[in-house]
Amino acid sequence: MTTTTIGPDVTAGEAAGNHPRGEVRVCDTTGLAICTTAERFMKLHAVFAVVSLLIGGVAAILIGLTRWPAVHLLPADWYYRLVTLHGLDMLIVMILNFEIAILYFAGAVLLNSRLYSKSLSWATLGLMLVGAVMCNATVLMGKADVMVTSYVPLRADPQFYLGLILFSVGTLLGVINFFGTLYIAKRDHTYEGSVPLITFGATAAAIIAVVTLLHAATTMIPTYLWSINLLSSIDPEWYRVTWWGLGHMSQQVNVCAMVSVWYLLGHLTVGSKPLSEAVCRSAFLLYILFINLASAHHELVDPGVGATWKIWNTSYAMYLAVLASMIHGFTVPASIEVAMRAKGFQRGLFGWLANAPWSNPGFSGFFLSLVIFGFGGGITGVTLGTQQINIMAHNTLRIPGHFHVTVVGGTALAFMALTYYVVPLIFQREFYAKALCRLQPYLFAIGITTMSIGMSFAGSYGVPRRHWDVEFSGSPFAPAFDSGAHVMLGLLGVGAVIAFTAVLLFVLLVVAAVFFGRSNAGRPMEPWHVERGVTAAVRASHGAGEDEEHRTPGTLVLVLVFLASFAVYYFANWLWLSDVWHVR
Amino acid sequence: MAPKVPGEVHPIQKLMDNPWLLLFLGVVIPTVSFTFWAWYEIYFLPPATLP
Amino acid sequence: MSIRPPAAGWFKAPHGAERLWIGLALCWCLVMSIAMPYWHFYGKQNSTGEAYRVEPGAFAQRVQRFVATNQVGELNGIPIVQPAPGGDAYLQAQMWSWFPVLKLKKGQTYRVHISSIDLQHGFSLHPLNMNFQVLPGYDHVLTLTPTSSGEFTIICNEFCGIGHHMMAGRILVEE
Repeated sequence: MTTTTIGPDVTAGEAAGNHPRGEVRVCDTTGLAICTTAERFMKLHAVFAVVSLLIGGVAAILIGLTRWPAVHLLPADWYYRLVTLHGLDMLIVMILNFEIAILYFAGAVLLNSRLYSKSLSWATLGLMLVGAVMCNATVLMGKADVMVTSYVPLRADPQFYLGLILFSVGTLLGVINFFGTLYIAKRDHTYEGSVPLITFGATAAAIIAVVTLLHAATTMIPTYLWSINLLSSIDPEWYRVTWWGLGHMSQQVNVCAMVSVWYLLGHLTVGSKPLSEAVCRSAFLLYILFINLASAHHELVDPGVGATWKIWNTSYAMYLAVLASMIHGFTVPASIEVAMRAKGFQRGLFGWLANAPWSNPGFSGFFLSLVIFGFGGGITGVTLGTQQINIMAHNTLRIPGHFHVTVVGGTALAFMALTYYVVPLIFQREFYAKALCRLQPYLFAIGITTMSIGMSFAGSYGVPRRHWDVEFSGSPFAPAFDSGAHVMLGLLGVGAVIAFTAVLLFVLLVVAAVFFGRSNAGRPMEPWHVERGVTAAVRASHGAGEDEEHRTPGTLVLVLVFLASFAVYYFANWLWLSDVWHVR
Repeated sequence: MAPKVPGEVHPIQKLMDNPWLLLFLGVVIPTVSFTFWAWYEIYFLPPATLP
Repeated sequence: MSIRPPAAGWFKAPHGAERLWIGLALCWCLVMSIAMPYWHFYGKQNSTGEAYRVEPGAFAQRVQRFVATNQVGELNGIPIVQPAPGGDAYLQAQMWSWFPVLKLKKGQTYRVHISSIDLQHGFSLHPLNMNFQVLPGYDHVLTLTPTSSGEFTIICNEFCGIGHHMMAGRILVEE
């Protein structure tokens, strides 16, 4: 039997793959062969993700309006409760659901393969759902006001820990399903050569998810036993280290998934290709090997772990992972520049960027995510993750300021951008109110950036995170934060309102499309933008040739500006550090 | 870096094409460097003298 | 194409702008790699995590002894305690206060022992903005030298229950 395998020049089309009869459909837009089981679960997990985004988003606006001192919306107990809920639903439930959906796509679909196991899929979904509902219910009933980190000796109801365990086991089964799919695809020769880049990026995400979930089990099982009094105590520093194996490593899953999504959206929106498979894949390899060492960022001012452990884990090998991010920071926009220049948009340094399809929400969301993550998240993260500089930043609002540009302005926005293709391609429905769709990524980007700037500057005044009252009413002493800090908290509030409006808009647009949108089954999706190609004559007059196609001067300027910003921010922080008291 | 013999695959490409080896390394390296090392330091923390 | 398997022989060296950028980025990463160890040896602000295992009850007793031997006053009902220069000072975090108020001298070095007798707390000193984690069972020792004088407020920045946002203390530093 000859199985037509997909390869660099062979589309899936009529490729036989290894799908059982009747369990595959060919996409009318991309030509990819879609395993219908994988597709069903992509849809279910996408819905699950959007529902948790909404719940987490409602929690977000309520706590944002509480941190805004002029509004101070919630009472203290509900504020702390909803900070817990927000962290749980966004950081764990929403994002891991999106990522499981991405694994289905990058595994079964991109490899032209059937899914490894349908039973594993049901188990994944079921456990994640039960776990998420258990955790949410326990928190909302006031039995787990412990923050998503639940640092012992803070004690939650056992159901909280049990819910997290079930959710983690479910996610791990989903990851196993992905590895199983990799295995059978290779065994059945459904593809030729190496896996596609996006699949490789997803593999990196899956590998990191395994380490994450192993840490989750190691932390949560003993903590659960402690919560039901079968274990007498849990060492608090042991807990911190092991929990952050779950907490930070899960963020690295997000980074790998986000970068993979960037490449995917570059392809879908402007037909970009990676400049060098070797470079892009090497960057993902560096992530796999080294990025998880960065989990030590959370213990930089902790007792019990020494300077050598702290410095080694947040530098040396970790900076090789930073190198990887800086590499993607170049290769992703460079691939866009090359694709746009090849279409004839070669004017000046940034003609390629100015003429990019900014009206396509898949493109705008993706590119904004890249810029926000790089300039905002990357620079602050590496700087704050320096052992000594962390002294000025630990547990201040600078920390949420950092992770809202990375996880939200970066990953969540990229996932939103992808949704503008998932709905037409997987749900096979067209969006209504496309003008609003085009606006939504910008609104979200502005909101999140504003909010994060407010957080970061308030935090640099020392304003604490996870804190209900910056005035310290009822306290014998008050730190009397600078009035500038109050202005920044106001900015936090304003940004939160804009971002929440954008989340609400996103959810409404998606729900309207998924349940009421016109079906596009049997034909390609309506394009988000009309390609304004430049004619062959114009292209010839610009002397487009082999070398021309690989010029990336615009991207080089962008990354040099990035590097300069990084250096300025980094050294400024060391300068500020030198002003505080001497401590060892 | 291109292979000298056509058809020969660079060792790093071989590594990248092997998800099982990557999984092993991706689990072992951070678990040893971040987790086990920290657990070791915590376990061997000396008792306080409270001078 | 990122969604298709790549052509065979894809593992090739980068060239052009890509190669340049990788080189620049690597140099920057090397610079950053030197920064922390440099500051560890030559810089004055470090977090070495020096700590010892302690029973919360034993720590609380030591704090009481410290207050009894070194108390020099009172502020808002909380003892002001002055450690010997170059000596050991003790600070206890609990739901929801810092005990006692330390009185230090600018330019003097102290070994400040901080621990909690219940939950995790966050030692956050203002307006300097210096932050350290405080755990029950851990005697976290900071070798601290105030380089400015005045009244400094300690707040808690690790969530510790419903009174978390009222948890504040003081450190006084005289010239």
